Amino acid sequence: MLVVAQHVTPQCGGSGSSSGSGMPQNMVVISLNAGPTNDAFNVPFISVTVCLPGQTSGCQTIDGVEVDTGSSGLRLLSSALTVALPRQKTTSGSPVVECFPFQDGYTWGPVATADIRVGSEQAGSVPIQIIGSSDTPAAPDSCTSSGGAAENTLDTLGANGILGVGIFRQDCGPACAFVGSSNPGLYYACGSSGCQVTTESLTQQLQNPVWMFPQDNNGVLIQLPNVTPPGQVQASGLLFFGIGTQSNNALGNATVFTLDDSGNMTTTFGSSRSPGFIDSGSNGYYFLDSATTQIPTCADIKDFYCPPGTLSLSAGNIGANGRSNTVSFSIANADNYLNLPDSLLPQIGGPFAGYFDWGLPFFYGRSVFTAIEGQSSSGGVGPYFAY
Amino acid sequence: MRVARITFGLAIIGACLAVSPDVQASLGGSPSSVQDDRVRMQGALRQVVRSGPFTVHEMQSATGVVVREYVSDAGSVFAITWQGATFPDMRQLLGPYFDRYHAEAERLARSRRGHGPLTVDLGDVVVQSAGHNRSFTGRAYLPGNLPQGVGIESIR
Repeated sequence: MLVVAQHVTPQCGGSGSSSGSGMPQNMVVISLNAGPTNDAFNVPFISVTVCLPGQTSGCQTIDGVEVDTGSSGLRLLSSALTVALPRQKTTSGSPVVECFPFQDGYTWGPVATADIRVGSEQAGSVPIQIIGSSDTPAAPDSCTSSGGAAENTLDTLGANGILGVGIFRQDCGPACAFVGSSNPGLYYACGSSGCQVTTESLTQQLQNPVWMFPQDNNGVLIQLPNVTPPGQVQASGLLFFGIGTQSNNALGNATVFTLDDSGNMTTTFGSSRSPGFIDSGSNGYYFLDSATTQIPTCADIKDFYCPPGTLSLSAGNIGANGRSNTVSFSIANADNYLNLPDSLLPQIGGPFAGYFDWGLPFFYGRSVFTAIEGQSSSGGVGPYFAY
Repeated sequence: MRVARITFGLAIIGACLAVSPDVQASLGGSPSSVQDDRVRMQGALRQVVRSGPFTVHEMQSATGVVVREYVSDAGSVFAITWQGATFPDMRQLLGPYFDRYHAEAERLARSRRGHGPLTVDLGDVVVQSAGHNRSFTGRAYLPGNLPQGVGIESIR
């Protein structure tokens, strides 16, 4: 089921200095519901408007876009997009197509350019990915060799798009700008002889739109309501742009956890010590494995833990800066809850061998900050997480 | 704790050992397939470490992904781990298991109702893939080929 709100917005591309709705300029509402597939849980959705670059018309607002602090860049399903955005081409005129890896699959589709508006914040001429475009060649073997699922349709992506507001300015970074075998091969030039890996400069790559906003551009704050177990059918939360740039996005007494080069802090659980990160794009607490946690996975779906009874657990986060604190959380038997009509399930978790992924349940009842690399804020220069 | 042991016990009992010994791809392959993987990844061997009843061959691909291959004294690769800013060539590393893994990942993508780490358990092979932008990790192992006394917590 595809639910896409579409309307032409004449003022798109304007100054954006006020929303006219009484909402603070740097704030948008997050919908926590079943989303466009009507079965999502622990997935935060917002609406995003894209316009033809530099135009005051030709805009489209797409809802059901997942907010992902674990990636950078805007990706929209071709099937949800009605605006014909200009495509990026190489100097020799070949379309640029991206193969972007997520932990459970990949998206494949052309790079296009759009003006992006989220709430009243705007970024001009931003490279984005159009996922699953029918006029693009099939993904080459070097793309599908990551092994995960093709997530190029609504039922596999689970959203009309993904807005990556993570710690990186670009989705790939310097590695994709290098020539030769060290290039990880996210960007392809798809000419008459097929799709070949191409170098992509930092400015050509997909950009985290937040750092391209003229203001409130050093990160995001996500505030979600507390959720009483076992769950809640739906709720709404808030996404703020900027950290310490307005009265509504101050760090306050949040602890800042700086990160290593891979974007991880350190998380301790019992005697184990592993890389850890906070990710609104993961729909549970994903950590370690059954051999380490002594929590069995479910018999049917190995992606989730199924303890006989609800477990009260705690883990410690330690930043590269040495700041630390302890987080209490609970893991319930997923089999008992996944049949509920609830889109908010605060006690769902699963294995992630050797790592600790604080997914969306971690955000419930918290203010969580994600600071972008190289951007200054009241908490220092990003990247960091803070809560 | 008890339930966890039962789960893994069943996985081992139900394991399938039908892997041809001359398959030139890593998982389930001979020690020489480790070298084939390194060449295919344009990688460099970083170290070979003896650890109890197995040997870990650690290499780094041209794209910077660190791959560890676990070779048993019986002479087969029973596990592989990877860690890096992108994925290694999983088609090469999983060899005969790749297509089934990919098919199951596709099936799970339609049923998981959100995103998160991927655990594919096909009985004879388990593949776990996880991470975030520019930081991916995972492991694949053959439960039925683990050397006696070696638990999956050793594969990391």
